Amino acid sequence: MSAADYEVTIGLEIHVQLATRTKMFCGCETSFGDDPNTHTCPRCLGLPGSLPLPNAKAVHFGLMMGLALGSKIAPRSIFHRKNYFYPDLPKGYQISQFDEPLCDGGELGGVRLNRVHLEEDAAKLNHAGGTGRIQGSDASVVDFNRGGTPLAEIVTEPDITSAEQASEWLRLLRVTIRQLGVSDVNMEEGSLRCDANISIRPKGQAELGTKTELKNMNSFRFIERGIKAEVARQVAIVDGGGQVTGETLHFDPRTEAITSMRSKEEAHDYRYFPEPDLVPVVITPDMIEAAKAELPELPLQREDRFIALGVEPGAARTLSWRPELGDLFEAELATDGSQPKALAALITNELLKRIGDGEVTDSKAAPGSLAQLVALTAAGTVSSSGARTVLDTLFASGGDPAAIVEAEGLTAMGGGDELTPIIQAALDANPDVAEKLRTGDMKPIGVIVGFVMKETKGRADGKEVTKVTRQLLGL
Amino acid sequence: MSDLTSIIREQSATEQIAAIKSGALDARELFEAYRSRAAADTFNAFTWVADEAPAALPAADTPLAGLPVAVKDLFSTEGVPTQAGSKLLEGYRPPYTSTAVAKLEAAGASMHGKTNQDEFAMGSSNENSAFGPCQNPWDPERIPGGSSGGSAAAVAAGHAPWALGTDTGGSIRQPAAMCGLVGLKPTYGAVSRYGMIAFASSLDQAGPITRTVADAALMLEHLHGADSRDMTSVGLREPIAVPSRESLEGLVIGVPAELTGEGVEEGVAAAFQVALAEAEALGASLETIHLPHAEAALSAYYVLAPAEASSNLSRFDGVRYGNRVEDADGTLLGMYTRTRHDGFGPEVKRRIMLGTYALSAGYYDAYYGTAQRVRTKIAGDFTEAFKKVDVIATPTSPTVAWKLGEKSSDPLAMYLSDICTIPMSLAGIPGISIPCGTSQGMPVGLQLAAPAFGENLLLGVAHALERTLGFDTGGAIR
Amino acid sequence: MIDAKQVLHVARLSRLELEPGEVEQMATELSSILGHIEQISKLDLDGVEPTMHVVPIDGGLRDDEPEPSLPIEVALSQAPKANAEGFIVPSPQA
Ligand SMILES: [Zn+2]
Repeated sequence: MSAADYEVTIGLEIHVQLATRTKMFCGCETSFGDDPNTHTCPRCLGLPGSLPLPNAKAVHFGLMMGLALGSKIAPRSIFHRKNYFYPDLPKGYQISQFDEPLCDGGELGGVRLNRVHLEEDAAKLNHAGGTGRIQGSDASVVDFNRGGTPLAEIVTEPDITSAEQASEWLRLLRVTIRQLGVSDVNMEEGSLRCDANISIRPKGQAELGTKTELKNMNSFRFIERGIKAEVARQVAIVDGGGQVTGETLHFDPRTEAITSMRSKEEAHDYRYFPEPDLVPVVITPDMIEAAKAELPELPLQREDRFIALGVEPGAARTLSWRPELGDLFEAELATDGSQPKALAALITNELLKRIGDGEVTDSKAAPGSLAQLVALTAAGTVSSSGARTVLDTLFASGGDPAAIVEAEGLTAMGGGDELTPIIQAALDANPDVAEKLRTGDMKPIGVIVGFVMKETKGRADGKEVTKVTRQLLGL
Repeated sequence: MSDLTSIIREQSATEQIAAIKSGALDARELFEAYRSRAAADTFNAFTWVADEAPAALPAADTPLAGLPVAVKDLFSTEGVPTQAGSKLLEGYRPPYTSTAVAKLEAAGASMHGKTNQDEFAMGSSNENSAFGPCQNPWDPERIPGGSSGGSAAAVAAGHAPWALGTDTGGSIRQPAAMCGLVGLKPTYGAVSRYGMIAFASSLDQAGPITRTVADAALMLEHLHGADSRDMTSVGLREPIAVPSRESLEGLVIGVPAELTGEGVEEGVAAAFQVALAEAEALGASLETIHLPHAEAALSAYYVLAPAEASSNLSRFDGVRYGNRVEDADGTLLGMYTRTRHDGFGPEVKRRIMLGTYALSAGYYDAYYGTAQRVRTKIAGDFTEAFKKVDVIATPTSPTVAWKLGEKSSDPLAMYLSDICTIPMSLAGIPGISIPCGTSQGMPVGLQLAAPAFGENLLLGVAHALERTLGFDTGGAIR
Repeated sequence: MIDAKQVLHVARLSRLELEPGEVEQMATELSSILGHIEQISKLDLDGVEPTMHVVPIDGGLRDDEPEPSLPIEVALSQAPKANAEGFIVPSPQA
């Protein structure tokens, strides 16, 4: 069988660092990139006798996420201890949630959610480098700054069927969470992390195949590549008559190699039990109301609203999944609301091209100038190719679009009368093209359009050139 | 006998504080007297003793007037060794102070020593201490009880006017009983656990070990209170009054059949009966009651406490504090297992094993889940009982202090000796032990228990009985 | 009740090392204790809710207000092995 004969089933587990000021269970400030071990206290170092104190803001952010994702909010939520030993885990257990999570179920973009729960992040292990040889073996240095940072864990149902869908959906989740303002959701800095549970089964088979857990994919690119590599690995195993082993795997983005992480670890037995240092968190109607009150418009809602305005679906998605573009669109639209579709197209095609990998703020276009440019184009004052030239100027140095059109002599040409002699000259200069066109083969029309554009410095309208050419040739 | 020694022998903490306040007693001299007695202690009651009095003792107009206090080594004390009876924590000096100690100090107490205990509070004899067993001042061949054995021995020997202990399944009440003292375990949540090294988080409570009921009330008044640093602390609902009750007229005392019958040493049973007769003489009426789940409570306790302990003790991994032992290969796993093998004593290992097993996959429901349901049942037993009676009375321990080494080879026998104190711990209700006589020449304790937050009632009844029983709590002070 | 193999598994989960002679002794002691504990499995506890804390506690959540952290030298002061940056441990990969 080939890859096409298998169905792929993917579930994602996403960890999001919440943008609270302090850690999940202590008053130390959350931080990134500060000197190691400068944000610790008895609680987050797990000193004997210290006790955890849950952060109200983290619970609030968790509720906002649950409400935004359509989860059921538990009236009472319990923290559990997840017991295992690792140097990045100061207490020998992680305070997490188990069978009574904060948020149950939910859905986003057609993917069902299993739960959203709160927990604390682990500390960071750094390699000690050259100085750190301990009795002949490598050493690591533990930095507890990150330890105890609030995390929301989002678990999906296995509703995703391809690597592309996984990364697309993760982008939607990221922009949704960013819009909520509860996290920086930055994969490079580790405030958004994703693990994938992956299985394959022959098409038509009812039960799911054995799943593997792929960890450590710290960019969207790696997620797509990692899942693809794991699916290929599983297909090769099953095609070869073998069986997939349920295990935790590590994807190395450099080599694209997938390796088992279980080599030295025994099967996990986390011995979950209710955290006796805490009492259940009771979610009051007031807390839910407070979270609801802070919910912004979410990307999918915004997308629908833009489409209702007449914006093309593709552009609507781009504008709503890149909120800064959506905000620009809305600001421009507020100055002139007559051309939403064309304005959206200008931003998502032309402006975005000029932004490239940069930021929206790279554009020097003054507020309202994009909407003006769209209006000038719609009125026929400037051709669409002329408009692109104006946009170049707006992007690079700003200014008034009408003045730029005037100054650069980009005023659109009228119709036939003005164009006829130029087109005639183009046909005369390219007799073989004229011959072909005469037979009805319109393929080489570009040559004529190009000639005219060059002559008119782009002020002509391409469609108009085609029309007049046909008239001249009696077609 | 010098003046100070006779004051130490004759006067309670409350009386000494009054004497300091009146100017009859110099706080610094008194501190030094206790400090030097503690430094010369031969019962191994202390694991640390202050070198000298602090430069400035709390003033005489503070509630506790600079009176010394001995503190169980389970409490974190900033810059002062906090070793919890464990080799693993030898030399550990925390960067912060527990709320209980901080509150006592804020009220004017001054810590002059830290006391020996069973390792991580696991034990009933103080024999499970990495710093050696502690002896009972009433008979140095006997145990002082545990796990707050050092605190009890220190007070019984007159090496501290009073002491702070902790009680998970009887660790204040039982050593107080065995050393002829008053020991109070407050309602769960009355005293903050912040900074108190955890044994079993859902059961641990700090409380006083003192010479008199009034002393216990005084210390409790300055210990209790909801603490924003401990989510499980609630404090008490009313201030602790100075106990003054003399009559027990109208009081109904319940005597649980399950905790007063077989297994109770003859002399203990006799002393207990004397105490009940005295109560009746003061006007109380007695009623036999039943706690049908008392025996199951013991089993449930030996699931819940080790399970929580197994997790609480995972932080002792040789990374951030305490002693580390590395293996020859320098592996992480080797560092963990060698550190914990060498650092923990046998009883701690046994309980970690027991608790890990009870929580491990496939056994959670059978052990931990079931034990939590038993806890519901035993709490219900008490609720039912308190519908009929005001307080409950039992012997604190079925036996007096046994000989050192006598039970150390049989962990189960040691566990069974906690039968009278564990049910109250599981139910979270307050219990107090007061001395009520002797057996084999050793003190016998009477335990009284009241509904949750019934500390004032409990202390009042205990005070009335203490007066009439007339036990000399200074009897072992030399 | 609990055999040597289970004892070794639990010891591994607990990161406790047991000497060969300790395994059998531990199995015997734990079996005796578990034998006693087992009586709770005979109780009829159908429909009985588990209790975590007996006393009603309505613990409030903590406001998201920073509190001072420990100076790094204090945080590291009790470590058995540390350098200026942090706590040194054998590498988990080693
Ligand atoms: Zn902290």
